[in-house]
Order: sequence, then structure tokens, then C-alpha cells
Amino acid sequence: MTTTRDQTGSAPPSPAQPPAALPTPEPSAGGEPLLSIRGLCVEIPRRRGTLQALYDVNLDVRAGEILGIVGESGAGKSMICNAVIGLLEPPVRIASGAVWFEGRNLAALDEAALRGIRGARIGAVFQDPLTSLNPLYTIGDMLVETLRTHLPLTPRAAEARALATLEEVGLPSARERMGHYPHQFSGGMRQRVVIALALCTQPRLIVADEPTTALDVSLQAQIITLLRRLCRDHGTAVILVTHDMGVIAETAHRVAVMYAGRLVELGPVRAVVQDPRHPYARGLMDAIPRIGRPVGRLAQIEGTMPRLDAIPAGCAFHPRCPRRVAECERVAPPAYAVGADHHVACHLAAEDRP
Amino acid sequence: MTPPLIQVENLACRFDVSPGWASRLLSGAARTWVRAVDGVGFSIRRGETFSLVGESGSGKSTIARLIVGLERPSGGSIAFDGQDLTAATGRRTPAVRRRMQMIFQDPYASLNPRWRVRNLVAEPLRHADSGNGGRAQERETVARLLRMVGLAEPDGEKFPHEFSGGQRQRICIARAISTRPDFLVCDEPTSALDVSVQAQILNLMLDLQRELGLTYLFISHNLAVVSHVSTRVGVLYLGRLCEVGGREQLFERPRHPYTRMLLDSVPDLSLSGRARTPVSGEAPSPISPPPGCTFHPRCPLAEARCRVERPEPRAVGPEHEVACHAVEEGRG
Repeated sequence: MTTTRDQTGSAPPSPAQPPAALPTPEPSAGGEPLLSIRGLCVEIPRRRGTLQALYDVNLDVRAGEILGIVGESGAGKSMICNAVIGLLEPPVRIASGAVWFEGRNLAALDEAALRGIRGARIGAVFQDPLTSLNPLYTIGDMLVETLRTHLPLTPRAAEARALATLEEVGLPSARERMGHYPHQFSGGMRQRVVIALALCTQPRLIVADEPTTALDVSLQAQIITLLRRLCRDHGTAVILVTHDMGVIAETAHRVAVMYAGRLVELGPVRAVVQDPRHPYARGLMDAIPRIGRPVGRLAQIEGTMPRLDAIPAGCAFHPRCPRRVAECERVAPPAYAVGADHHVACHLAAEDRP
Repeated sequence: MTPPLIQVENLACRFDVSPGWASRLLSGAARTWVRAVDGVGFSIRRGETFSLVGESGSGKSTIARLIVGLERPSGGSIAFDGQDLTAATGRRTPAVRRRMQMIFQDPYASLNPRWRVRNLVAEPLRHADSGNGGRAQERETVARLLRMVGLAEPDGEKFPHEFSGGQRQRICIARAISTRPDFLVCDEPTSALDVSVQAQILNLMLDLQRELGLTYLFISHNLAVVSHVSTRVGVLYLGRLCEVGGREQLFERPRHPYTRMLLDSVPDLSLSGRARTPVSGEAPSPISPPPGCTFHPRCPLAEARCRVERPEPRAVGPEHEVACHAVEEGRG
């Protein structure tokens, strides 16, 4: 979304990053992006026609930044994550577009090459910590295995690093806990272990898909604080997928709003949270109840998000949009710049503030 | 003042989680219990929305299930409109069951996938004693109910899988209000829904409350939603109420350290940039809760007394009760 349509899928924007440039300062608007998604389309082939799960997604992740992706269920948030880490489950496939990371197009790599990147250069944290941990391994074993798969470490060095990582994510009495199995941990501690697993190889990018959704608010706050601190200390970039706008507001530097497989708004978190420009993003923000701001009724967006087999022509949001014009029904809106680093895919944005 | 619609006193519910008797015999282990609800008391007035908030394992849902009679209390009493529901042996009377309905969290699990929507909505009517008006009248009632919750009459011929999560929750609501109840227990009714759909359902519930004069017991872990819908709020921690108060009091002047911690944990949308002070630790297991005040291991104000003596709820203002030694002693 940060480039115009004709550059879609063209030359690699980024040369290989130096592997251990730590710590990275605050992400700046300039500089080479760490990850560049260009014109990404993901499709789900069905017996009767093909469904478009993602349509022409353009997105950059800069070194050391936390990029939030929000949207409702089925909007395609997790699809982006899975496309980045190469975990799309067949028959779901990348139809076109590119995912540039450290000078390579992940969308074109085979499984063997992806295995060298996934885990070592890109870590992943998923929603449910219990299903991401192997119940038959102690957490020490899992960490050592991960480290030794990706890095040339002796068992002793791997163990020392595993222990250091566990201490860093705030696991109490880490040395003793190395020998424990996942079921012996509480939910919040399990998610810390999963974060340690993603972090132990010091990747450049962590893809976190709803990392706090399964946790209670007090734990959620702890995990958010942890993610933010780690990101700052190591200069690791994070793609943070969540449906919780509050989590994004407190964590992310920039935020992307998805609707029906399309990116509708992308900008600095302050701009998107306080002054969303896309009618859908605005509706979404108004629909959130807030403490200390009593309202009689919540603003609501009429209708529901379309199913993938019935996405309207033109702008996908137009049937629900309170501000639609004739053009919206025919032409898919391109991304317009509406402010510094702030882009909106809406025809009205072009008129609002060119 | 009219008596409250629901009066809960000293309610307790414990579950047996002991190993089987043979294992106990061999290993010599004692019986173990989970005290899911441990001496909870509150009242709900006609026409208001009383909310219970708390983290997982705090006993919110167990209280909901105790009140509608899906679970039997192991102690205490529940009175509905002056009538003691816990004294009666056996099943509740049809009249009580008609007046009290429940909306569950997961609209995917709470509707029978093999039934058409019109049958799902009409089922409570058929069981209620008042519902013997013949087929034609039933059809009319179902159509009216579907329109009330924002669905159309032809939707009655469809099956649940043809609807989205939000629409299914509308069906559940139509089902719950079909017997013209005065009291609805809503157990996390919007937790499985997206925010835009959540707004639609909360607005619908608010409209129905106004139209039908309903009283709600609203259970949620989402403090923002609770602050939006509630008249009064109770905060639960490990099966005990630590603070009860009106919405304004509780959200603007919280007194209990746990309530403050919860409120401080809510992600902030205003981007004030306030420094978070996340409270360390997690809720301990309700199988062996800490002695004294169950919150003391995580409490910044805990003292020797908190570790041995259980705090009782005390009034700290009009309609505002807090169970905390520190608040009582003026330390909080």
C-alpha cells in the first residue's frame, strides 16, 4: 500500500541485512524495510471457483518496529502471517505477488529454503500456547532443539542460551523450570515460553498471531509489556495480529486495518486510532465501548463482513458504507496518501485531503 | 423501596475434583475440592443490569449457572422475587423457569444444528405453560420475535449454520425472550463476537431491556463492555466478591487493590502514554487458594492480617462495598 500499483511485484527493495545489528534505534519512516509485501494475492481453490482470501496487499515492516494488523475474523489477518512464514495450508496458495525479506522472495522459495529462514530469521508466536508446545518435550529440550537446529551451537552453549532467554522473558526460577513439561505451566507462563522459543535464535522478525487473545487482561498486560521491551532491546520487528484495538494502541508503532482480504488503512498508530480516515476503520473505532466515556448506544456498522464467495464489486465495503458514492460500486479504490505515512484505500480520501 | 428481584446470600458451590476412590485408597490422597463460588452475596433490582467481572476461574459462570438452576449450590440461598429457589427440593416450577432465561457465550454450541430456527425459537414456548395457543399463533409469535431481534420472518425456515455468529446470537436472544421472562442471565454474550457485531448485539440488548423491562445479570471479563452496559458491578476474584458498587463509583473510584489492578490492565485506547504497572503473577489455583484474603500474594498492600483473616465486605460509601483489610484500615 505504500507504493503505487505499477510497482507491484517488481525489483527486490532490500539487500540482505547484516545479521546482528543490535540494538536498532527507534524505527524511522525512512530506511530500507525489513519485510516488503508487494501485490500479495492469496487464493483458496474450490470446486466451484476460486476464493480470494487476500487481494493486492502491499505492506512494509521496518526494522525494529511493531506493525499491528487489525480486522474482524475472516478479514485475512492470519492469512498474511501464514503467507509470510510460509505456513499456508494447501490448497490455499499465493496466487501472485512477492514477500521480500533480506533480499529474498519468500513467496518463491521452496520448503527447504523456507525452513532455513523460519525459526532462525523469522520467529512465530501463535494464539494458543498449549497447541504450539509439544507436550512430550520439556521446555528446555524444545529450546535447545530449536537453537541447535538453526545455530551452530554446542549442547552446553545452547542450554546456556536457552536459560538466558527464559530468564529474559521473565520465567521465575528458570533453571529449575527447564526440566518441566508444558502442562506444568499456567497459561501466561506458557505464552512466555512460546515467546522465548520464538526469540531464542534472535530473529529479525517475529510474527505474533493473536498472542494475548487466550489470556486474561492482567496477563495480557504483562505479555504486551514483555513484547514491547524485547522488541526495543533486540531491535526485533514484530507483526502483531489481533482483533483488539486496545492492544494495538498500546503496542504498535504503525497499524494496518484489514477488511475482506484487503488493506483499507495503514498509518501511524496515533493517526489511525484517533482519526481513522476509512469509513470502516472509523466505524470499528466507534463500535468499541470505552471505560470512562459513557454513551447511550454504541455506534454500529450495519450488516456483516461479506463471505469470501460474495465480495462486492468495486470497494468491498460499499454496501455497508454510510458515505458511499456511485464510483464505489464500480471501481476498487487505490491507496491514497492522507497524511505523513498514512494511506487509505477509499475514494472519499482522495477528495477529503488530496 | 421494592424488594430486589434477585437476592443471593452466602452462595457457595464446590466441585469434587478428587481422584477416583481406588486411587485415593492406594495413594492415601484426601478428597480435593474446587471452591468455585465461596460465600458470595449480592442483590439485583428490577430493571437494572448487574454485572459480574473477573478473570477466568473467578466463578462468574458458575454463579450464572447456579442462579438459573443448571448447577446446585452447596450452600447459601438464592431468592427470586421473594421466593427461595434453593429451599425447594427437586425441579423448579415452570413459572419460575419461564421468568428466568439464559444467553450463553458460544452461539455455535448453543443451537441445535438439526433444528430449523422457527423450532429453536418456539421450543421454550412449547415447554412454558402459557404456550398452548395452537400452530398459527405460535408461527405469529416466532415471526414477531425474529423481527424484534433484527431478523426476518423467512429466516425461521433456515438452519443455524446459515447464519453468522452475530445472527446466531440474535437467534439465542429471540429464544431467551420468547417466554416473556423478566430476568435474563447473559454469560459472556458477546465474547465470541467481533467488535462491530458486539456493538450490534449490545445495542439490541439495551433496546430489548427498555422495551420489555428486562433485568440482566451480565457476566463478562471485558471491563469496557461491563462499564458500558451496567448499572451496578461486582468484581470477583477466586470465587469471592471483592468489590460491589455502582458503575460510576467502581470505574472512577475503585477501592479494592484487585479492581484497581484490573482497571489498570485494560489496554488504553486514548493513547495517553501512561506508564503501565502490570501486576505480576497470576490467579492461584482455586483448589488450594491462599489463606486469609485470597488476593494477598499479588497485593501491594498485603500485611500480616491479610494472610490469616478473610476480609468481609464493608460499606465504604452509598451502595459501595469492599472486602479488603487495607481499605478498612485506611491504608488503601
